[in-house]
Amino acid sequence: MIETLIHRGKAAGIYTLRTPKLLLGLILLSSLLLLSLVGPYVVDVDTARPISVATNQPPSAKFPLGTDSGGRDVLAVIIVGTPQTLMMGVIAGLVGVTLGASLGLVAGYFGGRIDMVISTCTDVMLTIPPLAILLVVAASVRTMSVLNMAIIIALLSWMFPARTIRAQVLSLREQPYVHMARLAGLSDIRIIFEEIMPNILPLAAASFVGATSGAILAGIGLEVLGMGPQRTPTLGMTIYWAQLYSALIRGLWWWWLPPIIVLIVLFVGLFLVSAAMDEFVNPRLRRTG
Amino acid sequence: MKQAYFIRRIIMFIIVVILAATLNFIIPRMAPGDPIGAVLEELRARGASSGGDAEDEIVAAYRARFGLDQPIHLQYLRFLFNTLRFDLGYSISYYPQKVEAALLRSLPWTVGLLAFSTLISFAAGSFFGAMMAWPRAPGFMRRFVPMFMVLSAVPYYLLGLILVYIFAFVMRILPLGGAYSSGTVPRLDLEFLLDVMRHGALPALSIVLTSVGFWALGMRGVMVTVLGEDYLTLAEAKGLPDRRIFFAYAMRNALLPQVTSLAIALGTVASGSVLVEVVFNYPGIGWLLYNALRSSDYYMVQGVTFFLILTVAVSVLIVDLIYPLLDPRIER
Repeated sequence: MIETLIHRGKAAGIYTLRTPKLLLGLILLSSLLLLSLVGPYVVDVDTARPISVATNQPPSAKFPLGTDSGGRDVLAVIIVGTPQTLMMGVIAGLVGVTLGASLGLVAGYFGGRIDMVISTCTDVMLTIPPLAILLVVAASVRTMSVLNMAIIIALLSWMFPARTIRAQVLSLREQPYVHMARLAGLSDIRIIFEEIMPNILPLAAASFVGATSGAILAGIGLEVLGMGPQRTPTLGMTIYWAQLYSALIRGLWWWWLPPIIVLIVLFVGLFLVSAAMDEFVNPRLRRTG
Repeated sequence: MKQAYFIRRIIMFIIVVILAATLNFIIPRMAPGDPIGAVLEELRARGASSGGDAEDEIVAAYRARFGLDQPIHLQYLRFLFNTLRFDLGYSISYYPQKVEAALLRSLPWTVGLLAFSTLISFAAGSFFGAMMAWPRAPGFMRRFVPMFMVLSAVPYYLLGLILVYIFAFVMRILPLGGAYSSGTVPRLDLEFLLDVMRHGALPALSIVLTSVGFWALGMRGVMVTVLGEDYLTLAEAKGLPDRRIFFAYAMRNALLPQVTSLAIALGTVASGSVLVEVVFNYPGIGWLLYNALRSSDYYMVQGVTFFLILTVAVSVLIVDLIYPLLDPRIER
C-alpha cells in the first residue's frame, strides 16, 4: 500500500518535472502561497489597517512597497489580501465543481427525464452572463464577506463542470466493465461510486482548477467595482481604492501596481496548471503543445 | 429530428428570457431598504429635504408613481408584461428619463468599442493561430505561443490600468479616459472622429492584447486537426501553391468553429463591457449599469441586466439555429 503510494508520488513528481507548464505554474502558485504563509512573520500585518502608518510614502527600507492614501502599508495589505483571494477561489471552485459534478453524474448516469431537466437548467444558466447577475446580487447584499462572496460565485460556476462531467459519464456508462458490473447485480450507487467516480476524478480535478480561476476572476471583478467584502483588505479592493483616490494620475504607482502583479502571477499560474491538467486528461492536446 | 431540435432551442430561449426577467424582478427586491428611501437619504445628506409630514406625502406619491404600493404579484405581472414589450420603465435617479432611452444612448459607445476590438482580435488571433500550426510558417511565429498564453490569462482591465499609466500618465500621448474630450459636443466630422479614436485606443488595445491569445489558441487547435485531413494531403500532392493550401484549404475549414465562438463573443460584448468601461470612464452600457447600481436605481439596473441577458440569449440562439445549416455533420 505504502509502496504504491510512494511509487505514484514518484511518478507524479517525474511527470511534473517533465512538464514545464505544470512546473512553472506550480512554482508561481507556491510562491504566492509562501508569501501569504511567511509574510505575517516578517511584516507587521496590523499595518494593513487604515490610518496605521504615514500616508503616501514611496517605497523605502521601512515600507518596501510604500504606503497608500488611507495610511496602510501596501506590502502588509498584499500579504493579508493574497490568502483571502486564494481562499475565496478555492472555496468557490470546490463548491462549484462538487455541485456541477454531482449534477453531471446524475444527469449522465440516469438519463431520461432527469437528464433533460438538468441539461436544460445548465444550458439556461450558461446563457446568463454571470457578471450581470453577480453585480445585482452583490449590490443587494449589504454586508459582503469573503465566504458569502465565494458561495454566491460558486452558485454561478457549476455549469461548465456539470456539462463536461455529464459528457464523460455518458460514454463511461456504455463501457464494458460498467455493463459487467450491472450484470453482476451491483446497485446504481455502488456502480457510481466504485466504477464511475474513479474515472471522472481527473476530469473533476482539471475542472476544479478552471473553476477556481474563473471564480477568482469574477471575485476580483466585483472587488475592483467596489462591491467585494468591505471589512477585510483584498487585492481587488486595493485597486478599487487606488482608483477612487486617483493613484494613477498622482503617480502613486506602488499603490496599484503590486496587487496587479500579484494577480497576474496568480492568473498565469492557474492558467498554466489548468492547461497542463487538460493535456493530462485529454492527451490529444499534447501534440499541439 | 431536426425540427424537434429547433423547437427545443426556441423553447429554451423563451425560458431564458422569462427567467431573466423574473430574476431581475426578484433580486433587487431582496435588498434591504427601498429606492425611494435611498434617494431621500441622499437628498437629506445634501440638506435638500427637511423631513416631516410633507416628506411622507412625497414618499407615498412617488411609491404610487412607480407602482411600489401595489401587491407584489401584481407588480410582478405588470413588470413581466412591460418587459416583454421592452417598456423598461423610468429611471429613478434621472426621472423622468426612460430606461430604454438611456440604454439606446449608451449602446453605440459599447458596440463601437467592443465590437471593433473583438473583430480585430478575432482576425489577428485566427491568422496567428493558423500560422502557429502551419509547419512551413516562419520560426518566429512559434515564439508567440507562450506570450499569447500569458496574455490570455490576464484580465483585460488590469492590463488596461497598466497601459493607462504608461501611455496617458508617463508618456502623456493618449487621454486618461472618457469617450471624447470634455467640452466637445458629439457630432459627425473628422475632428470628432479622431478624438473618439484617440480615446478608444487604450481600452481597445487592452481588450485586443488580452483576447487575441484566446482566438489564436482556439484556431491552432482546429488547424492541427484540419492539417491531418486527407484533402490536404491531396492538395499538396496536386502541387498547389502553399499560399493557396493555407488560405483556401486549411484556414477556411478551420474557421467554421471559430465563427461560432465569434458570434457568441459579439453577443457577450455588452456584458463584458462593465469593467473596461468603469476603468476607462467610458460612457457605455457597463458604465450605465455601474452607476445605476451605485445609486440603487432599480429600474435602470433591471433594464440593463435584462438587456445584457437578452443580447447573449439572442446570439446563442442564432448560432444554434444556423450551425446545423452551416455544418451538415451536426445532426443532434
